[in-house]
Amino acid sequence: MLELHAVTAGYDRRAPVVRDASLTVAPGEAVGLLGPSGCGKSTLARVAALLHRPDSGTVVLDGTPVHRYRHRAPRDRRTAVGVVFQQPRLSADPRLRLTDLIAEPLRATGRRAAAPARVAELAQTVGLTADLLTRRPHEVSDGQLQRACLARALVLRPRWLICDEMTAMLDASTTAALVRVVEDYRTSTGAGLLAVGHDRTLLNRWCDRTVHWDTVTSTATKVLT
Amino acid sequence: MTERSPVLSVRGLSVRFLLPGGRRIAAVTDAHFDVAPGECLALIGESGCGKSVLASALLGLLPANARTAGHARLGDLDLLTSDERTLARTVRGRRIGLIPQSPAAHLTPVRTIRSQLQETVAQLTGVRGRAALRTAAEQAAARAEFPPDHLDRHPHELSGGLAQRAATALALVGEAPLLLADEPTTGLDRDLVDRTVDELRRHVDADRALLMITHDLAAAERIADRVAVMYAGRIVELTAADTFFGAPGPRHPYSRGLLEALPDRSFTPIPGLPPELGDLPDGCAFAARCDRATDACTALPPFTDSVACHHPVPAPTPEDIRA
Ligand SMILES: Nc1ncnc2c1ncn2[C@@H]1O[C@H](COP(=O)(O)OP(=O)(O)O)[C@@H](O)[C@H]1O
Ligand code: SF4
Ligand SMILES: [Mg+2]
Repeated sequence: MLELHAVTAGYDRRAPVVRDASLTVAPGEAVGLLGPSGCGKSTLARVAALLHRPDSGTVVLDGTPVHRYRHRAPRDRRTAVGVVFQQPRLSADPRLRLTDLIAEPLRATGRRAAAPARVAELAQTVGLTADLLTRRPHEVSDGQLQRACLARALVLRPRWLICDEMTAMLDASTTAALVRVVEDYRTSTGAGLLAVGHDRTLLNRWCDRTVHWDTVTSTATKVLT
Repeated sequence: MTERSPVLSVRGLSVRFLLPGGRRIAAVTDAHFDVAPGECLALIGESGCGKSVLASALLGLLPANARTAGHARLGDLDLLTSDERTLARTVRGRRIGLIPQSPAAHLTPVRTIRSQLQETVAQLTGVRGRAALRTAAEQAAARAEFPPDHLDRHPHELSGGLAQRAATALALVGEAPLLLADEPTTGLDRDLVDRTVDELRRHVDADRALLMITHDLAAAERIADRVAVMYAGRIVELTAADTFFGAPGPRHPYSRGLLEALPDRSFTPIPGLPPELGDLPDGCAFAARCDRATDACTALPPFTDSVACHHPVPAPTPEDIRA
């Protein structure tokens, strides 16, 4: 299970953007988290991805509470979670060719040897051609870069996937294509998914269940978008 | 949309980027369209298909390695041949209001939204005096639904949605006859998309022309009078929005694929990827992904009627022809 218990988090302890949020994702389950812009969804997604330490509350990953976040999180925990963000340009190192971008987590975890085969397999899965793999982020479109970012998120075969507005910048066809990649991955591996977004139609079509931000946070905070 | 002369008239617009080693990127090829006062034309298509390059060409904001051909007339001015001084002093902000793709990057990071709005009001309107500028800036903010209690914030202290509204407020200050919105609703939730789009529509209804570039088909459906679909740098279909989104639907296989990919339709992606703009096939650029392709499609389909396709769907009935 991926469990968030009473998580309060933000950027200023006096004014947290997430208050008392609780949410559970079971293995193999696809949960949509629906909320308006600026409500704090992305912040909660970063907590769930172990990228942001909450001010209070706990994250329990596969039965074990998380104590350390970001680069301090133990490797086996960090690699259990794959993340895709809304803006591929902000989350991709502009110096890396797409092939190295996808392989980055393998290198970082000392599995460099596995990279060529795994990257080739994933490129096929997400629909990137060999020519595109040799380019750097500024030489590809947002849609192509997001395909690479999704491949990177899958490269370590995570048990959990967090997609924060993964398709918000993308056209309808690329959206449908990337959602299909995620769903094929979930079906074949039994991974759980937390898909964060503001598009009700999309999340309802994509996920087993969709929860609204107001029901996840006990004290629905009024935040302007 | 009928007999009035268009605000913007684009004829045969092409943009090429010259790369080292003699490579050429055909970002926009032979675009033809008009936008009339009181009309919104939505330009849709997947990322990287040339929409923003087309917008940059109209604004004279292309990088130095770009070459343009064709005409883009804004009244008596051809935007493609105007010099930078003319564009900077008389066009951008005054005759074309730009609502940019990445608002955060477009706003000045070190200054508050209030101060940027006041400066723009002072630059583009006759308003003078501290109190009057303050009021005008607040009114400009209100028009884009930017919350007054956030006016003293800096851009980095705003969410994506608020940054977008700040940029919209700035674009509206000059009351330009043509508004050019590049992905104005990216990152906004549906309520905000609707409100932003409705606000833009009000400006259209106040007799401005709006060219709205978007990949958000729901936003396009809500605002547009006509829809232009771009694929691999070419406009492949240009038609009335109600025909496009309603019955009988679009006629180009790519347009149909895009609509079918929506989560409230079949949610099926178009197979494959668009071709490289530096290496386009001689014939129809969609052929490799098209289930209607035949040998005829190795020749470039001319734009006839409303569509550039050798085998458009559905075949027009006599009633459609005079629509
Ligand atoms: N690095 C940051 N520093 C300060 N405030 C931030 C930062 N990132 C986000 N915020 C603020 O936190 C709030 C919630 O942001 P976010 O979690 O990104 O919401 P959402 O994803 O729902 O749009 C917003 O008001 C935003 O301005
Ligand atoms: S011209 Fe041919 S390949 Fe191109 S869209 Fe039409 S049918 Fe398909
Ligand atoms: Mg967000």
